[in-house]
Amino acid sequence: MASVSWDRLVDGVLSGDVRSLARLITRVENREPGWQEAMKALYPASGKAAVVGITGSPGAGKSTLTNAVAGLFAAQGRKIGVIAVDPSSPFSGGALLGDRLRMRESAVHPDVFIRSMATRGALGGLCQGARDVARIMAAFGKDLILIETVGVGQDEVEVVKAADCVMVVLTPGQGDGIQALKAGIMEIADIYVVNKADRDGADEVVADVLGMLSIAGGEGSPVLKTSAVTGAGIAELAEAVLAGIGRAKNRETWLRERVKAEILSLMENEILNSLVGKFGKNGALEKAVSGILDGKSDPYTAVEALLPGLSEAASGDGRR
Amino acid sequence: MSEDRKIRVLIAKPGLDGHERGARIIAYGLRDAGFEVIYTGLRQTPAEIARAAVQEDVDLVGLSILSGAHLSLTRKVLDRLSEMNASDIPVIVGGVVPPEDAETLASMGVAGVFTAGTPVSAVADFIRAQIAKKTD
Repeated sequence: MASVSWDRLVDGVLSGDVRSLARLITRVENREPGWQEAMKALYPASGKAAVVGITGSPGAGKSTLTNAVAGLFAAQGRKIGVIAVDPSSPFSGGALLGDRLRMRESAVHPDVFIRSMATRGALGGLCQGARDVARIMAAFGKDLILIETVGVGQDEVEVVKAADCVMVVLTPGQGDGIQALKAGIMEIADIYVVNKADRDGADEVVADVLGMLSIAGGEGSPVLKTSAVTGAGIAELAEAVLAGIGRAKNRETWLRERVKAEILSLMENEILNSLVGKFGKNGALEKAVSGILDGKSDPYTAVEALLPGLSEAASGDGRR
Repeated sequence: MSEDRKIRVLIAKPGLDGHERGARIIAYGLRDAGFEVIYTGLRQTPAEIARAAVQEDVDLVGLSILSGAHLSLTRKVLDRLSEMNASDIPVIVGGVVPPEDAETLASMGVAGVFTAGTPVSAVADFIRAQIAKKTD
């Protein structure tokens, strides 16, 4: 697998070669040595694309909606990347990535590139991985990148933080679904989509969302009804997405926060990986575990012993 | 993390037969064996399969064919892959395949043929061996 050099893959991506794009994504996703250099080389070419996050409960129709929006944007002449995320099994580490199943119509379009991603549960999580893949697609020449998330958990909030525009997909008959989404997700949405609006109860969901927005002070965020199956509301949704992207460019504080969050997330990964590597190799981690299990130590003391000086420096800063 | 590099496979069903069970069993089984399995569902065209294989950068493509059209469908998938400059992606075929056809498939370049009743673990082992061979 190490046959093709990073340089050749980077050149391939920048010159629009699809196989290079796919292969480079794999290597960056696997964090193969040299991945940072490749990302650095691609970064300057990745600035023009916009990233759209699509989230919502499992079964809300995210894949079907992503397919419909991707197809419409592609028909308008835009170059589209799709990142479809599904969960890895925490037991086997395997994953069944089935989102493509519902994306057939857009997948046949020559300007649509779809990539399935498993959450993998790796250190640092999915957020940075998805952000990197979006950036590679942007450097390849995609105008719009749609990230469809798993639909549950904290990763959701992290992934969509990387997006310029976030839509939350809701459906009728999921009264509790809105409740479940409230923590975290509702705060970051730019667009609320009530999908499967051909079913009974869609108007109630719209009213619920509007009610919640009026309490939370989020008036002005569009609440749209769609039916990904009949195509109703898709054109309006696409317009709302473009408007949302347009607004994102003007949010200077938010843009700063986003860059800061990315630096911190990369630092966290680096630090954790290097510490896990170091203490894993020299056996200090296992020794600390044994000490705690034998009742001779506790996790807090163990961390202080592993990182002498670090916690003092941090608390000193905090007290200043 | 490259030492335990994830194996990615595409399980696809070309052609018109609607018998999805075998493909699903393989897809679930390979997931449980620790693979990342991209499953694209029924009645995929050879062009769709080749595109998905390239975009997903899979290590291997598994075709499930029960319609009897395994020779022509597999030929077409291999042709589409070759057109996309992706002949290096190994293809295996599962389904109802008579022994003489299995030989023909092998001569076309198919890496392995698995008939009904093959345990998923045997398929998983075969895929791991294929990929190890390719990496060396």
